[in-house]
Amino acid sequence: MGRIVLENVTKSFGDVEVIPPLDLTIEDGEFAVFVGPSGCGKSTLLRLIAGLEDTSSGKILIDDADVTAVSPSKRGLAMVFQSYALYPHMTVRKNIAFPMRMAGVSDAEQEKRIAAAAKALNLTDYLDRKPGQLSGGQRQRVAIGRAIVRDPSAFLFDEPLSNLDAALRVGMRLEICEMHSRMETTMIYVTHDQVEAMTMADKIVVLQAGVIEQVGSPLDLYHKPRNVFVAGFIGSPRMNLFSGPEAAKHDAATIGIRPEHTEVSTTEGTWKGIVGVAEHLGSDTFIHVHDTGLADTVTVRIAGDIAVSHGDTVFLTPQAGQIHRFNADGLRID
Amino acid sequence: MAIVAQTSRFSKIAWPIAAWAVGLLFFFPIFWMVLTSFKTDADAVKPEFLFFFTPTLENYLNMTENYDYWRFAANSVICSVFATVFTLFVGIPSAYAMAFNPSRSTKDVLMWMLSTKMLPAAAVLYPMTFITKNFLGIFDTHFLIILVLSLINLPIVVWMLFTYFKEIPKDIIEAGKMDGVNTWGEIREILVPLAWGGIASTALLCFIFCWNEAYWTVRLTTTDAATLSKLIEGNRAPEGLFFGRLSAVSTAAVGPIIVLGWFCQKQLVQGLTFGAVK
Ligand SMILES: Nc1ncnc2c1ncn2[C@@H]1O[C@H](COP(=O)(O)OP(=O)(O)OP(=O)(O)O)[C@@H](O)[C@H]1O
Ligand SMILES: [Mg+2]
Repeated sequence: MGRIVLENVTKSFGDVEVIPPLDLTIEDGEFAVFVGPSGCGKSTLLRLIAGLEDTSSGKILIDDADVTAVSPSKRGLAMVFQSYALYPHMTVRKNIAFPMRMAGVSDAEQEKRIAAAAKALNLTDYLDRKPGQLSGGQRQRVAIGRAIVRDPSAFLFDEPLSNLDAALRVGMRLEICEMHSRMETTMIYVTHDQVEAMTMADKIVVLQAGVIEQVGSPLDLYHKPRNVFVAGFIGSPRMNLFSGPEAAKHDAATIGIRPEHTEVSTTEGTWKGIVGVAEHLGSDTFIHVHDTGLADTVTVRIAGDIAVSHGDTVFLTPQAGQIHRFNADGLRID
Repeated sequence: MAIVAQTSRFSKIAWPIAAWAVGLLFFFPIFWMVLTSFKTDADAVKPEFLFFFTPTLENYLNMTENYDYWRFAANSVICSVFATVFTLFVGIPSAYAMAFNPSRSTKDVLMWMLSTKMLPAAAVLYPMTFITKNFLGIFDTHFLIILVLSLINLPIVVWMLFTYFKEIPKDIIEAGKMDGVNTWGEIREILVPLAWGGIASTALLCFIFCWNEAYWTVRLTTTDAATLSKLIEGNRAPEGLFFGRLSAVSTAAVGPIIVLGWFCQKQLVQGLTFGAVK
């Protein structure tokens, strides 16, 4: 079990309010991802749930029990830190055994669970090494091993993959997803990488300056961003946002169109512009179009077989029904 | 290029010479003390026997016969060991709390602790003697000496430990919390093993300070709890006629600590540079 509820939680450091009153429910077994720009309070929120920071006001419930005043060691949660935070003076085996030893698990049971975790995480050959003798990816797996053996009611991850190189990151991402579908335990995952958020989450929580901008499934957020901030934050490359006369034509203060929802033609279309830099990603090519009179640059995705080069004139046409409209307060108009 | 080569050749010679000079300068008083301890009191003041004299063990034999050196030594060991243990017992949790759960006033508390070292000992000598003798009845007891040695060393011990603990990543302590350890468990299982080098050098330094402390141990004891400092003090004669005897007593008093320091050199250097050498 692991249903986590935050009720009216706030957090201030001195006079600075980092988290204004906030309500959030994470259902049992859910994979929730907190995303947002740097400094928006993702880690703080996670640490409040963990108990590593005290709330300034409000309540935190785990499985309907009020844990606001309960120490982190008694909340039954496991955490994986960005820095791995392994115990440098203990071998991998002792690191993984540590939480079980503290919980008074019998030696035989410890051995069994260590063997199982080591096998699942490919650590069997490294059990007698110290953390200093491992690579970054191996250390991260030890940290995960240490978290899973104690069978917590929820896992908390704070940017666990950001110290790894790109290839390893993709691999570990899949491993964590697989672990989640196998164990069906609640996971809360903090990242500022919206690709990680989109690929892993059941539920994404978008934060800005401590405020929840939107909560929803990845596709909810992609298709129906609640406001301009979420529209610009979710999706890669970013959604193009225009205000001014073009927006007024659609009865909105701001309109947005994603790069992948724009048709490009060399002969005719709604908006006219000049081709700037092209980015080739292999499967897709994104071009930046200037002088459209809409915004400084408009990014669009083109099929690989359209030949346009720097300086060409192109015409852009938004796909029907793919224009997002927002009012003067930045909120979505449906 | 030439200049670089020259300066490096120069510094290759000059630095070792300077280091040896400073080393010898510091070592000289000890050397002189040991040398004098093998002279008779009469020879000790005669310039013609500065380096060449007939060595004698008379001073050392006298010492064990006349003043019961071993009783003073035992008192020194008891007081220094217990004071060091007690200081660490109080200092480790204090430094832990300040390093990992700092509050707004942690810096002030640290400064305040240090400021107690700025109080001139002479200013509280009379009240200390008076109160311990007439009210508490603990004058000249091991308890009093252990307490006093602990208290005068506590600020410096807490400061040193604090500096070491600061170097331990906070994440590791927090990981411990998440893994279900309580505060004592954190200290025992994580903090102490990780800061072992720092704790050992702090303990050693504290022990040396306790061993050599003279101001209070001389003034708050008469016989029962008198330490080696008191023994040295007792052999001081205003006329300066007993240099041989005094040197022998002093050598016997600082001997154990010098031997101990010699064996723990590495730890000591690390301790005194506050973890800068890692
Ligand atoms: N111990 C602290 N004392 C004072 N302010 C803090 C403290 N910890 C965090 N803050 C502030 O709270 C805000 C949120 O910090 P937090 O670490 O939660 O951000 P984040 O979203 O995790 O950012 P990042 O993606 O860079 O890790 C920041 O403005 C930060 O400066
Ligand atoms: Mg963070």
